[in-house]
Amino acid sequence: MTVDTPVAKLKPNDFASDQEVRWCPGCGDYAILKGVQKTLADIGAQRENTVFVSGIGCSSRLPYYMSTYGFHTIHGRAPAFVTGVKMANPDLDVWMVTGDGDGLSIGGNHLLHILRRNVDVQILLFNNEIYGLTKGQFSPTSRVGTRSPSTPMGSIDAPVKPCAVALGCGARFVARAVDTSIKHLTSVLATAHAHKGASFVEIYQNCIVYNDDVFAEFTDRAVAADRQITVEHSKPLIFGANGDKGLRFLPGTMALEVVTIGEDGVTEADILVHDQTNHSLAMLLANMTGPDFPVAIGVLYCDPRPTYERAAHGQIAQAVEKNTSDWNDVLRRGHTWEIEDAPLD
Amino acid sequence: MKAMAVSVDDAHSLERVDQESRESVVIRFAGDSGDGMQLTGSQFTLATAIQGNDLATFPDFPAEIRAPAGTTFGVSAFQINFAAHKVLTAGDAPDVLVAMNPAALKVNIGDLPPGGTLIVDTGSFSDRNLKKAGYDANPLEDSSLEGYRLVAVDMSQNTLNAVAKFGLGQKEGLRSKNMWALGLVMWLFGRDRQPTVDWLKTKFEKREDIANANIAALNAGHAFGETAELPDGLSRRVIPHADIEPGLYRAVTGSEAMAWGLAIGADLAGLKLMFGSYPITPASPLLHILSGLKNQGVITFQAEDEIAAVCSAIGASYAGAIGATSSSGPGIALKAEAMGLAVVAELPLVIVNTQRAGPSTGMPTKTEQSDLMQAMYGRNGDTPIPVLSAHSPSSCFEVAIEAVRIATKYMTPVMVLADGYLANASEPWRVPDVATLEKFPVDFRTETEGFQPYLRDPDTLSRPWAIPGTPGLEHRIGGIEKDYDSGNISYDPANHQRMTEVRAAKVAGIANDIPEQAVTFGDASGSLVVVGWGSTFGPIDQAVRKARAMGRDVSHVHVTHLNPFPRNLEELLSGYDRILVPEMNSGQLVRMLRADFLLRAEGLNKVSGQPFKVSEILTAIDAALES
Repeated sequence: MTVDTPVAKLKPNDFASDQEVRWCPGCGDYAILKGVQKTLADIGAQRENTVFVSGIGCSSRLPYYMSTYGFHTIHGRAPAFVTGVKMANPDLDVWMVTGDGDGLSIGGNHLLHILRRNVDVQILLFNNEIYGLTKGQFSPTSRVGTRSPSTPMGSIDAPVKPCAVALGCGARFVARAVDTSIKHLTSVLATAHAHKGASFVEIYQNCIVYNDDVFAEFTDRAVAADRQITVEHSKPLIFGANGDKGLRFLPGTMALEVVTIGEDGVTEADILVHDQTNHSLAMLLANMTGPDFPVAIGVLYCDPRPTYERAAHGQIAQAVEKNTSDWNDVLRRGHTWEIEDAPLD
Repeated sequence: MKAMAVSVDDAHSLERVDQESRESVVIRFAGDSGDGMQLTGSQFTLATAIQGNDLATFPDFPAEIRAPAGTTFGVSAFQINFAAHKVLTAGDAPDVLVAMNPAALKVNIGDLPPGGTLIVDTGSFSDRNLKKAGYDANPLEDSSLEGYRLVAVDMSQNTLNAVAKFGLGQKEGLRSKNMWALGLVMWLFGRDRQPTVDWLKTKFEKREDIANANIAALNAGHAFGETAELPDGLSRRVIPHADIEPGLYRAVTGSEAMAWGLAIGADLAGLKLMFGSYPITPASPLLHILSGLKNQGVITFQAEDEIAAVCSAIGASYAGAIGATSSSGPGIALKAEAMGLAVVAELPLVIVNTQRAGPSTGMPTKTEQSDLMQAMYGRNGDTPIPVLSAHSPSSCFEVAIEAVRIATKYMTPVMVLADGYLANASEPWRVPDVATLEKFPVDFRTETEGFQPYLRDPDTLSRPWAIPGTPGLEHRIGGIEKDYDSGNISYDPANHQRMTEVRAAKVAGIANDIPEQAVTFGDASGSLVVVGWGSTFGPIDQAVRKARAMGRDVSHVHVTHLNPFPRNLEELLSGYDRILVPEMNSGQLVRMLRADFLLRAEGLNKVSGQPFKVSEILTAIDAALES
């Protein structure tokens, strides 16, 4: 699609629809919505070319609050709708919104396939480790022991780590952000948008009603600097309030360890430099949890390859180019025979 | 509800004079699923079509790709009925049975009437194969086959002799056995071998030795017919040409016709076709054929499951293509929720159900028409969708085009019902000139002035189709109930009532946009009407024609549009004293006719996984008229 006249750059508010936002007061989704609208303004998105597709759940209401095109579909299946949209029109800029229940439980299968196919879409998985819309049952990301209406004695299911799942599925872009860190969130979303292919972004999102403060142990202002590490490509993996902690490979293993610069002879040169094209490192970063390790946020992995819909349309274009037949030829291919008038002998 | 059940075993209980039978022949090729019976049958079909006979076929094969060799459940069969007159069914009982091994004989001999011709490969009647088929004694050596015209010939050895010079191993050489049998049957009915020779040369382009071995086997079988002494009464027969409308013809299966209809339907609407599907028997050929049409711009997507398949199709429609998906009963069940979304989101979608015997996995390769209730009501909520059915392999073409027309004009999912029999069976088809087909171009909404996503066309009650990429028409849709015009979320009670009613009225109104129901054969009123839908067309039509020839007051009405029904259907059916509804299910259309029209329709029901025989319907016609 070409634009003949310069379009005035839209502001974040230009991406808000006229619908009243109906999440619980204090929900992390408000911050993410603002972050998304700001990102669209930052990247100069056009409303008419932007499509938000979602499944079912609190997070999946987001498309109604955007002034772009939006499709609120059915539980867990947003990836399949996205794939159909991109197959029909690869030029559309598609964002998919899902949650830990929608994307990893009922829709786990579809998430696997959209990631491995590498359909060009930004996938925002709002992870609040709980089912909000159905009133507080444990989810696939809930920690063991989570007490909920369906697990009065505590959940016994081992949780999955969304970023590790995405990496395991073959995703080419995997990142993580926190709902309230708007500045970081918008930069991650803009980077995800710039990556052509399936860009998977896990957003830690606080559910104030059913799972309040579940991420506080690493998102509280008081501890965040020591319990989070913001990874950046080509930058050393250093964190901590004093900037003196870092990650390095535990010698002789394929595991990470936290070290302090200046202790036990450790210098900055010993600290690992983040390489976002290193799949093994990304997996290690995705799996880090407290209290022994910081939680990694930022772009864990980015290693682009051709997108699914371009490959599909490439085959079609190739076939169309070589083609010399029309529908009448197709119907007449193979054995045909002519029946003439008065065939009775 | 009164219903008659059909006994599957009474095929020969009727002895009727059939003038036409002298000019028609039914052949059944039966063998192990690895013996190539479907290929043999389709080659004979091609040769027969070229000869100018009308014909109908019935492939009947096991679900297992390679069932254990020699077992009865691994038997694959292909039946063809060809004649000098119009042929609508594959025939009730074979005149000629070709049995390539003891298991094929065991499974099929019960269908061969006394005096029928039986051709067997004696070379396969080893002790081991007899035991696998469950024979205690060799039927070729006791008196059990008396009464048939038996042609017992060692096809295996004859084939090996014929192909010896090509240096193939015994196993590979024996693979040409089906061509030897084909050669013999081609001689019996005066068929031209050349099309098969040409086909073999193309198929085995890269293995000339195999092509030549098969051609040699074909010729050897043919030569055997010329020189061997055949049983009394068995001689070469040539069936005269049928009186067929002049034009260019080809053989077409239901799957081919359906695929071409969907793709050409999209063209007539001025849209791209995006076909999302997941492999399932017997619906997969649609995916294969459409995947081979990339050169015509067709987009196909093999999804990860049935749900993703339908969702991708809906996503494609949302983005401005015509989305289509296909499956068989179990897969359609999985698509139900997404179909409901398409109803509420009011997006076009075509769903093809190639029905098979159910419930659950049922019998994947056997035919049935037991998903009509599922098509009508198999979704949560009040969720009406138009339902169409194809009645013959070639009719799948027009029905698919009609489905695209209705889906795009009325912004609704449309269900097309075919079945395993229609999908696999082939018939001669007068190839249409695509340029003469009526176009129905879609107008996407682009005007921003006065735009509301759910503002309806007063005539069709259809909402505008405004696709992403269109400036100024940005809007949100979804599965939550919509406000009547704006399409915004609404939980207002009166609005939900109104929306439910308008969705139903939109579908019901399609009755004004489809042809009135015609009498398929017979009179517009009378003592008895036989009402059918789908692939029962052939046996019903033949039965009604025969009954009328014998002076019975009976007519045939075959319904294509199952939802909504044609607007005159109630009035038409009310003109008959009795209504008989044969269905390959336990009574589904009959239930709809009774419920919608309060008519005293009676069912004739068969759920054996096999099509109706003409004789079964004739018996029911007589019973209905006598009662």
